[in-house]
Formats: sequence, C-alpha cells, structure tokens
Amino acid sequence: MARTITYSEALNEALHEEMQRDANVFVLGEDIAVLGGLFQVTKDLLDKYGPERVIDTPISEAAIAGAGVGAALAGTRPVIEFQFNDFMTIAMDQIVNHAAKLRYMTGGQAAVPLVMRAAICSGIGMGAQHSQSLEAWFAHVPGLIVIMPSTPYAAKGLLKAAIRNPNPVVFLESRLLYAIKGEVPEGEYLLDIPGSVMVREGGDVTVVATGRMVSVATSAAEEVGRDGTEVEVIDPQTLKPLDTATIIESVKKTGRLVIVNEGSRTCGYAAEIAAIVSEQALDFLDAPIERVTAGDVPMPVAKVLERAVLPGRDDVVGAIGRVLG
Amino acid sequence: MATPDTNLSTDQQLELYRSMLLIREFEQAVLASHEKRLVQGPAHTYIGMEASAVGICSALLDDDYLTSTHRGHGHCIARGLDVKRMLAEIFGRATGYCKGKGGSMHIADVSRGMLGADGIVGGGIPIATGAALGCRVRQSSQVVACFFGEGATNQGSFHEAINLAAIRKLPVVFVCENNHWALSAGFEVTTAVANVADRAAAYSIPGHIVDGNDVLAVHTTAVEAVQRARAGDGPSLIENKTYRWEPHSVFNTKDPRPPDEVAEWKARDPIARFRKVLEEQDALSADQDAAIQKAVAALIEEAVEFATNSPEPEPAEAMADIYA
Ligand SMILES: Cc1ncc(C[n+]2csc(CCOP(=O)(O)OP(=O)(O)O)c2C)c(N)n1
Repeated sequence: MARTITYSEALNEALHEEMQRDANVFVLGEDIAVLGGLFQVTKDLLDKYGPERVIDTPISEAAIAGAGVGAALAGTRPVIEFQFNDFMTIAMDQIVNHAAKLRYMTGGQAAVPLVMRAAICSGIGMGAQHSQSLEAWFAHVPGLIVIMPSTPYAAKGLLKAAIRNPNPVVFLESRLLYAIKGEVPEGEYLLDIPGSVMVREGGDVTVVATGRMVSVATSAAEEVGRDGTEVEVIDPQTLKPLDTATIIESVKKTGRLVIVNEGSRTCGYAAEIAAIVSEQALDFLDAPIERVTAGDVPMPVAKVLERAVLPGRDDVVGAIGRVLG
Repeated sequence: MATPDTNLSTDQQLELYRSMLLIREFEQAVLASHEKRLVQGPAHTYIGMEASAVGICSALLDDDYLTSTHRGHGHCIARGLDVKRMLAEIFGRATGYCKGKGGSMHIADVSRGMLGADGIVGGGIPIATGAALGCRVRQSSQVVACFFGEGATNQGSFHEAINLAAIRKLPVVFVCENNHWALSAGFEVTTAVANVADRAAAYSIPGHIVDGNDVLAVHTTAVEAVQRARAGDGPSLIENKTYRWEPHSVFNTKDPRPPDEVAEWKARDPIARFRKVLEEQDALSADQDAAIQKAVAALIEEAVEFATNSPEPEPAEAMADIYA
C-alpha cells in the first residue's frame, strides 16, 4: 500500500535505506549532520550512522566536490550536498574537469560513483545568487548524469538508483517541492536511469517539462483541458542521458511541442529538446516549437519581478494556445 | 581595563555609539517587518556584532571601498547608507538601493564605495583584493575594507585572495567577523586553527585578534591596519571575536547553539558596554542618551514608513539593468 509522504521525506528515506544496505555509502556536506540539512533531507542520519559516515564539512564547496571524487575513486559511494545548486559553481573544476572525465581519461580504468545533490531554490525571493537553475550547464558536460525528480515517488526511486549507479550523478532537487506530498510505496523500488514518465496522455499537444515545471505544466494542461484540448505531459526525469524515444513518439502523434524549463533561455535545456525534435521529427510538426523558460536575466528578489522572470502556468497556457494556432 | 588610545573626540565617540544603536534598531525593525511579511526574501541580522562594523568603518575615509557579506546591514549603516533606502530594498521596493532586485543580501551603494553585500560565502574576498589592485593601478591612496565571516575562511577564495594581496602589498584590510557559528557549524569543529588571525602568518602579514564587542579596540586596530595599507605596506588580517544574537536568518530559525552560550554573549552587549565607557568618561549624560535614542527611533520609524509606502517595481523593470 502506498502512503503519502513529502518529497523531502522521500529523499531522506532513500538515504536511510541505501546507507543501511551499503556501508560504503556516506554523506558529506554543509549543515547536513547536526542540522539534518537546510531542507531536512539528511535528517536523523547522524544519529543512525554516526559521524564517520555523516560528515558536516566547513564551507568549502571545492573540497567537498573533490573529496567526493577522491572517495569515489577509493571505493566508496559518497553522496555530497551543495545546499543551493548555485554553490556548485565554486566546485566546477572538480565536477567538470575531474568527476565527469576521469572514467574516460583513464581509458575506462577509474569509476566515479558519486552523487552530487543540490537544490534549485527559485520562487522564494532568494535573489540572483540563490535562484538559478543550472541543469543545462551540467547536461552540457560529457560524462555526467543529470537527474531532476519532480515528485516524492521519483525523488526516492531515482536517488536510490543514482547511488547505485557507477557514474557521477548531478541530482537537482527543488526547494518548492520539498514540502509537496505524494504517494510513495512502503517497500524498496528503483527507477530507471534514463527513463521518462508520461504524466498525462493526450493527442493535441506534447508538453515536455522538467523538475518543478512538471506540476506547472500539468496544471496548465488541466486548465486547457476544460476547453477540450488534450495535452500530453512528459517528464524526462533524467535529463542526461535523455530518453528521446518517448518525446519523439509523442510529437509524431500530436504534431505540436511546448517545452517548459526553469533555467534561463539562451542555450538552456529547452533548446536541446527543441533541437532533438527538429532533427528527428521536423516533418511531423504542425507548428513552430514553443519554449517556456525563465527570462535571460539574473533572478530579482522583489516578488513582482521574480514572477515576471519565472515561467508560470499562464505562460504555459499561452504557449499551448500558440502552438494550436 | 585601560581605555585604548583612540584619538577620537567625544563627539566622534558619541557618533560611534549612535551608529551602533542605529544598526541595532534597524535590525529589530527588520525582524518585526519579517513578522508582518513585509520582508521579501531572506534577511540575516547583525544584532550583537555592531562594534565590528562601526569600529572598522570609522577608520575609513569617504572614498575608500568596502566589500560585505550576506550579513551586511551593519556594514551599510556604519558606512553611512540611508536606512530608508536600505529597508525599501529589503522590502523589494522600487525605491530601494537596488530597485528591489538585490534584496537584503545584495544592498550596495557603489557611489559610496560600498561594493555590495554578497550571498556567496567567501565571494567578496577576491573582489576586495581586486578593488585594491584597481586602486594601485590608478595610483590612488584608497584603501579597501573586506568583511567576511569565519565560515568564509575555509573557502579557497580566502587563501587565494589574501596571498595575492600579500605578494602585491595591496591596500586591503581583511576583517574576519568571527561570530563563532557558521549556520549550524561551530568554529572549532570546522577550523584547524584556534584563531583565524593565526593564518596571517601563512601570508607574512600582521594578524590581530580583537575583542570584537569593544568598539574602541576594533577602531584602534583598524586605524593601524588602514594606515599600513595606505602607506603601501600591504594588507592585514583583523579577527573581531564576536557573536550574533539571533538565529542564522529569518529563513533559518532552527538554532543548534547552546542557550547558555547565547546568554553569555548577550551579557557582553557591545552597545551597553560602550555606553558604560562613555558614562564613566562623563561623555554621555542620561539626557544625552535619551536624546540619541529618540533620534535613532525617529529615523527607524521614518524608514519603516518610507519602505512600507514605497511602490513595488513595475514588472517590466525585471528586464532592465542586465548590461551597462
Ligand atoms: C558558497 C556558499 N556556500 C554556502 C552558503 C550557505 N550559507 C549562507 S551563510 C552560511 C554561513 C556563513 O558563515 P560565516 O561566513 O561565518 O558568516 P555568518 O553567517 O556567521 O555571519 C552558509 C553556509 C552560501 N551562501 N554560499
């Protein structure tokens, strides 16, 4: 029987189960042990697994990332936390030049089974240095896996799968999703990497949405559904490598595509999906592809400004209207 | 304890006192406004640390620079920024210093050399080194004061920026405000040395450990470090030992600090201490004190009114100011 728990609790359960299962799994990051994490994802791990496996670090993102890479090379399965994904920029050398490339540069000798967790914290007035959605940066780097769970169910199943994956995984959570509740089975389950989810089926328009934007897209789909428009919503879950087949198949059916992504527009993740569909299903499109993204601007603090920059339900409704002509 | 030689006139000392009070009252207004949901985004208050900002900024000249942190309100006020526009910024209003785009963590007044609060821990330290480099290139005698918390000293940026400033003998005063806790992390468990100032030895620059709740001690040390910087003799590292009274921020109220420790530090209130020093010197009568407190309260009241009645930015403003 499925129970209802929050996204944050689902992630926490995944960590508890994986640390219980494998003594080589450990967690490292700022404010994760005593405090249980800014967003309570590592709650109670310290009590259960002790300070050797649940480690509060100094504020040292480059060292956290590098320590994760090194510990992974040395046979463990670290799960490191960066609080806000914006702080990963400080650790980019270790993430991009090391974690992502060591497997390849060593001719397949080394493996870096490292999970890098961080939150996208838009929508609460945190401002330009704490509200970015950097998934496209990571997806651009060969050698990284990029995951963005959109529900408690996905959060748990994907985090467990990420921990067991032999590669470096950037695991991007969402601040506004932590308190969202959803059904999560009692027993153990793993989700596929890659593996997308058909959130909603429909024959008129395909909407591909990532992370928190999945619920935004779904609510837009419900809204236009009242007028009889049938919207298909696809959540890729794993942004890289991407399950392209599901998207292509859907576009071939609907002939119309809207992509919803919280990152800024230029060179963003939506552009990648648009490119793939243009390459593989151009002949099936009945209208130009629409992208719904954040504006090309640093995130402002003031609510009215932040609302103007972030993609919302009305923006998606508008885009659906445009592709329908 | 002997009063340090500060070379400050009575009026200047009263100004330090007034400035500390203004910071305290401003932060109380921020907390009260957060309760009323007027604050947009996070806010990290400076209550308990007032002597640090005031002691340092009072050693600067008008065209000197400073860099700040996420906990920057005190630095701004000590630098003489307008509390009305500061509070308006914290409320996300069009009349704020950054038109509501920056909020509490990014208040800046570039015209006054206040290069900005900073939401990235350790982010401001290399910028201070760079500002000093700019002063050197322009052959000006300006100095840069660089504020950061002890938590920031475990970032690579701290090491890289101070080493660079040291080899070029750049005019920076690095000011570590050691309030003993970085969010939930105690100083002792995250830092391999007993004092941040001990690290000065690694860069062959002077390190000063200062009672950061003693505004005159902070000021005296700052004067020495600023003189050294201005003379071209290079940077110094000042460690002001102090404490924040409130939880980390209005968004992070889960507080792991022992209540006894918090109470102990509240008993070392930098404002009450300085009031006592002034009273003992007969520099502050009860009437004068009441007048200063009243004037400060009026400024805060005016700021709250100004910020509350200021307009929200126009949505179209969101896309302005991206490029110069
Ligand atoms: C690079 C980076 N990492 C983490 C954070 C989250 N964070 C904000 S303030 C803070 C603690 C900072 O401690 P300290 O530098 O001592 O300043 P204090 O808050 O004590 O004034 C942390 C971890 C951040 N803003 N930036």
